[in-house]
This record gives sequence, C-alpha cells and structure tokens, in this order.
Amino acid sequence: MNSFLHWFVIVLTLGNIFACWWLIRFAAKKRPGDVPDGEKMTHSWDEGTLVELNNPMPGWWLGMFYATIIFSLIYLVLYPGLGNFKGVFNWTQTSQYEKEMADAKETYGPIFAKYAQQDIVTLSKDAQANAIGQRLYVNYCSTCHGSDAGGAPGFPSLKDKDWLWGGSPEMIQKTILDGRQAVMPGWKAVIGDDGVNKVAAYVVSLGGRSANPAQATAGKALFETNCAACHMPAGTGNPALGAPNLTDKIWLYGGSLGAIKKTIANGRNGIMPPHRDFLGEDKVHLLAAYIYSLSAE
Amino acid sequence: MELQSTYNLKIVKQFAIMTVIWGIVGMTVGVFIAAQLVWPELNFDLPWTTYSRLRPLHTNAVIFAFGGSALFATSYYVVQRTCQVRLFSDGLASFTFWGWNLVIVLAAITLPMGITSSKEYAELEWPIDILIAVVWVVYGIVFFGTIVKRKVKHIYVANWFYGAFIITVAILHIVNSAAVPVTLTKSYSAYAGAMDAMIQWWYGHNAVGFFLTAGFLGMMYYFVPKQAGRPVYSYRLSVVHFWALISTYIWAGPHHLHYTALPDWTQTVGMLFSLVLLAPSWGGMINGIMTLSGAWDKLRTDPILRFLLVSLSFYGMSTFEGPMMAIKTVNALSHYTDWTVGHVHSGALGWVGFVSIGAIYFLLPRVVGKAEMYSKKLMEFHFWTATLGVVLYITAMWIAGIMQGLMWRAVNDDGTLTYSFVESLSAMYPYYFVRFLGGALYLAGMVSMAYNMWKTIQGSKTAVESIPQTA
Repeated sequence: MNSFLHWFVIVLTLGNIFACWWLIRFAAKKRPGDVPDGEKMTHSWDEGTLVELNNPMPGWWLGMFYATIIFSLIYLVLYPGLGNFKGVFNWTQTSQYEKEMADAKETYGPIFAKYAQQDIVTLSKDAQANAIGQRLYVNYCSTCHGSDAGGAPGFPSLKDKDWLWGGSPEMIQKTILDGRQAVMPGWKAVIGDDGVNKVAAYVVSLGGRSANPAQATAGKALFETNCAACHMPAGTGNPALGAPNLTDKIWLYGGSLGAIKKTIANGRNGIMPPHRDFLGEDKVHLLAAYIYSLSAE
Repeated sequence: MELQSTYNLKIVKQFAIMTVIWGIVGMTVGVFIAAQLVWPELNFDLPWTTYSRLRPLHTNAVIFAFGGSALFATSYYVVQRTCQVRLFSDGLASFTFWGWNLVIVLAAITLPMGITSSKEYAELEWPIDILIAVVWVVYGIVFFGTIVKRKVKHIYVANWFYGAFIITVAILHIVNSAAVPVTLTKSYSAYAGAMDAMIQWWYGHNAVGFFLTAGFLGMMYYFVPKQAGRPVYSYRLSVVHFWALISTYIWAGPHHLHYTALPDWTQTVGMLFSLVLLAPSWGGMINGIMTLSGAWDKLRTDPILRFLLVSLSFYGMSTFEGPMMAIKTVNALSHYTDWTVGHVHSGALGWVGFVSIGAIYFLLPRVVGKAEMYSKKLMEFHFWTATLGVVLYITAMWIAGIMQGLMWRAVNDDGTLTYSFVESLSAMYPYYFVRFLGGALYLAGMVSMAYNMWKTIQGSKTAVESIPQTA
C-alpha cells in the first residue's frame, strides 16, 4: 500500500486502541464533586423509576481490558498489522503455508517416493499401496467420480473396462497428471434439426437398438461426413481424441434418443483437471495404480 | 393537543404482536431446514423448498423480522418513556411499521423464488434494499426527533445504544448493498474480489454487532432495571463499555476471512480488535447482572426476570466465545464448521431471543391496559422449553463443529487425510437431529407465547397512558 494508506492504517489502529486505554483511565479517575461510589446519580427517568448508581468498574474487568490492549500492542510488534510494517517475526500466511507444505513433503515424501520406484501394475496388486491410493481417491476424485468410482452423468465410471482416453497404466497416469479436455462440437447450426434427428437415429442403431430405419439410413450418410473423423467410420471411437465408442451401452451424457439428440445438437465439453502441480507425480503414481486396480482382473 | 399528552402505544403494540408472529414464522423455517439436514427428502426436489433458498429466508426472518420488530417495538416504547414525550411523528412511525412489514413480505416471496444478491444476511435485491433504506431513515427521524423534543435533560443509556444501532445499521446497509442493477430482480455488487468479501463481512459482523448487540443492549438497559425494580449498577461502566463497544466492534469483520485472500495486516487487525472487544461486551453483561443482584428472590416467581437473566448469561458466554474463535489458531479449527452455527445461535436464541421475549412479555399487558399476561404458567412453560431448546441446540453444534474440525485435519501416517468430507458429514446425523429437536422445543415455546398473547389482548383496546407533565 502507498505511504498515505500505510500511515492511515497505523494512526487509526493505534488511535482506537489508545483511545480505549484513555477511556478507561479517564472514567476510572475520581474528581471532586463526583457522586460518591455506590450512591445514586442525580438524574432519573421514567417518572423516577429508572436511576443509576455510581459504582466503580470492577477491578478484574479493568484488568482484563488492559490485558487485551497490552496483548494487542505486543502482537502488532511481532506480526504484520500496522500498514506495511512486516512485524518482528516476519510472518506471512503464505510463508506459513509454504513451510507446512515443505515439512509435509520432508516427512511423507519418502513414503511416496518408495512406491514411485515400482511399476503401476505391480503396485495395483499391493494391498498397502491400494489403501493409500484409495484414501487419495476419496479426497481428491470422489467429488466427481463418486465414492465407489461408479461415475455420474458427465463424469465417467472408473471401474468398468471402457476408457475414453485409454486404460493402460501409462494413459491413466497421464490423464491424472495433465488432465484432459474433450470437445464435442454442437452440430445444430451445421446439419439443422432434421440432420440432428437423423444422426441420432443412426447412433441409436449403432448399439443394436431399434431406430426409425429411414432416418437411420439418412443419418448414416451424415455420420460418415461429419462424425466419422473422430468417432471412426464404424462409430467405435478414438481414445487419442477422447471420442467415445458409440457402439456399446455406456453413455457419458445419457443414451436415450433425447439425450443423444441434445448432445449432437449442442455439443459437450468434458474437462478432467490436471493434478501434476497439485498432488505431485509420486502421489499420482499411486493413484493411477489404485484406479487401474479397480478394473484390472 | 390532546394527543400530545399521551404516549403512542399503538405502534408499540403493532410491532410487539408482529415480533411474536414473525418469530414463529422465522423459527418454523429454521426448524424445517434443520429437519432437511437430517432428512434430505424434505427438500421435495422443488427449487422453492430447497435448503439453499430457505436458509436465507430463515436468517432474514429471525434477524430482521423477529429481531427487527422487537427492536422497533421496544425502542419506540423506551424512547417515549425515557424522554417523557410522545413519538416525534405518529404518521412516520406508522410508515415504518407498514414499510418494514412490506420488506419482510417481499423477502418471503423473492427468496424462495431464488432472487438473491448472494450476500449473506443482505440477500435481498436492490429494489427491496432501497425500500429498507427509506424505512430505516424514517425510523431514524422518528427516533432522533423524539430525542430532540425530550422533556428530560439527560439521554438515558438505553437510547445511546438504540441510537448507535440505528445510525450504524443505516451506514452498513447502504454501503454493503451498493450495486449495479441489471434488471428489476438482478444486480451486481459495486465491489469486486477480496474487497467485496471485506465489505460483506464488515457489514455481516456489524449486523451482529449493531443490530443484534447494540440494539438489544438498549433493550436490556431499560427492561432489566424496570423489571427488577433496581437501579442500574454502574453509570461509569455504561459510559465506558458503550464507547469501547461501538468503536471496536466496527473493526472485527476480518475475523470472518482468516487465511483467505485478505491481506495479512487486515486479518491481524480484525483479530486483535475482536479480542479487545471482550471487555466492552462483558461490561454490558456485568452491568445487567449486577443490576439484577439484590433481586435474586424475584427470580423464583418472575418468569420475565428469568428470561432477562438467562439472556445476559448467554450474552456473556457468546461474547467470550466470539473473541476466542477470532484468534487465528482457534479459527483454523472452528472456521467452516457447525461450531460457528452454534455460536451464532447461542447469541441469537440465547441472548437476542430471550431478552426480546422478556421485553415483549413486559410490554404486551401494558400496551393493552392489563396488569399482567393471561397465563403465568404458559410463561413458565415457555421459559423451560426455550432454555432446554437452546442448550440442546448449542451443545449439539459444539460437538458437531469440533468433531468436523478435528476430522478434517486428521491425517494418517502417510500424510493422507483420514476422513473424506462425506465421512465427516455422515458423522453429523445424531447431532443434526438433536439440533432439530432443540429448535423444535424453542419453537414450541414461541407458539405458547402466541396463544398467551392472543388471550391477553383478546377483546382489549390499546391502552392510553398520559405523559407526566413534570420532569
């Protein structure tokens, strides 16, 4: 802050604290002509039914008041509070956070570093490693993917064998480390409502379900022109792009005709955030092993 | 000027009745949302009945409708009696009654509809905010107009507190509600980021400090000595704790934002002034309790006095708890937990609720020209249900809050968190049930009060009290 604000804060803060100090001292002082202690003050209200005594302030209470004031003044010398003055301890909440994080890394880092030496497939069979992995999972992943890893609409299940971005240990690890961004564009403006209906009918038929044959046939042509680039000509998907397989029974955003139409018309954006900086590579390594274990035989 | 020789008790009666009615409404919503936390099915999968929309309705209804009506009723009564004049303007006073109740009705409509500014305790959108500002300024005119034309030389201590409350709440409301309107039902705050958060909690904490503390201390300073028939213990103490309280409270807001994007210096200053606030707060408690001392025998027979004594006890406890929770290391455990909810309710149900209930029991027979309430037995019933209700409520929330704080920070040997968030949530069920029970008991007491009130005022007319012409 600039030097005006710096001094403004100092003057106001110390001013108010010392004003409290002055107030107690001023009020505690006895003056000639005062009503004696414990006697009634001369004024009264409400037809004389409300009067006040001139009792002194309790000593223990004054002591407590002074104690909080003195504590505050000492604290302001030690910690940041008076404008730009950093305090004798040079403490900041950022430095406290960094120190705690560094301490934690020193204490717990070796545990995770040891596991990081082993490959993911081996770790996925290690009960102890999986116990740690599960604890990491419930705290960092369950919000979206569910406590049982069963997923939720828009958030894939992690315990089936269907993988949008590949289910090898390396791919799972990469997904967690760097995140993924899946973009399904909206097609309404390109192929129109009629086109959306036709492609939807074709997509429904891909999984072996019944669909309006005329629409599905018309949809097939549109699919091959517009969709096959990502979802492949047979609709089997492409893990390199995170484009889902449309021939199975797994639907990230719902498999009803209506939901499929909505997906085609408006598109979808699937975002898995990266965890490399947040959790660090060693923890992600364990986490990947746990996730891998969920669907591994 | 026939009218000028009597007190305006009609406005006092109107606000006193609405205190009880809005109290029941606000607390019913509170008990309902407490039940939702135990049985989520009660959200009914309808947008209007979800917890997130009803919670602000509950807080607005109990703070501003119940608490606000109690403050209007008592301040209008106290300022007349202690200034020995009729209110500055009957018409303007009546405007505050209808205006304030219109605000409450609009809140009860817009909040369940999801219309909100999203600022805590200031959720109402800008057109209602403007109405509040107008009503509040008129309230100030009536109150201070009455002070100006007083027939008594000294201004009684209760009026200092009511006055500070009225002025500060006007400033807090206008500054915090400053917004850029987009449509009739949508606006954006005039502030951004950490600044917006700071303004919000400067407002939020002083809604506690000035609305729920200074105003109710004004109430305490009149009804405690009146009901006890004892002089106020210490004039000197009242002067010191008044000035210290109002000057330090205004700094305390940052303790709501410890360990956030708020600069370190602001957090420090907020914490320290919260600590310094302990003594000024206790000054009010000491003055109230020492005023009651010497009238202990009356506690056995007088339920009103008992309400007032218990309110002071909860005031003392909450104002000790508050500064403790403002200390960063304690806050690191208590923040974001139900401990905060328990703290607020020990203040709101214990202090604000009890002192208001005591004051309204004092006022109701007087504004209809009766000697006492219809049933003392029901007042006893009210006292015990309310006391048991508060104790259950805050005990449950203490346990719940400390448990949450400890569960969230527990780590295993490998440094991973011991509990997931959901585990800490499912551990809360028994305590949420006890909280629901406590709230239901407190509400039951309020319902008995409404019946007692109805039987007391049934078939009566507003009392006429002439103003003594000698000062």
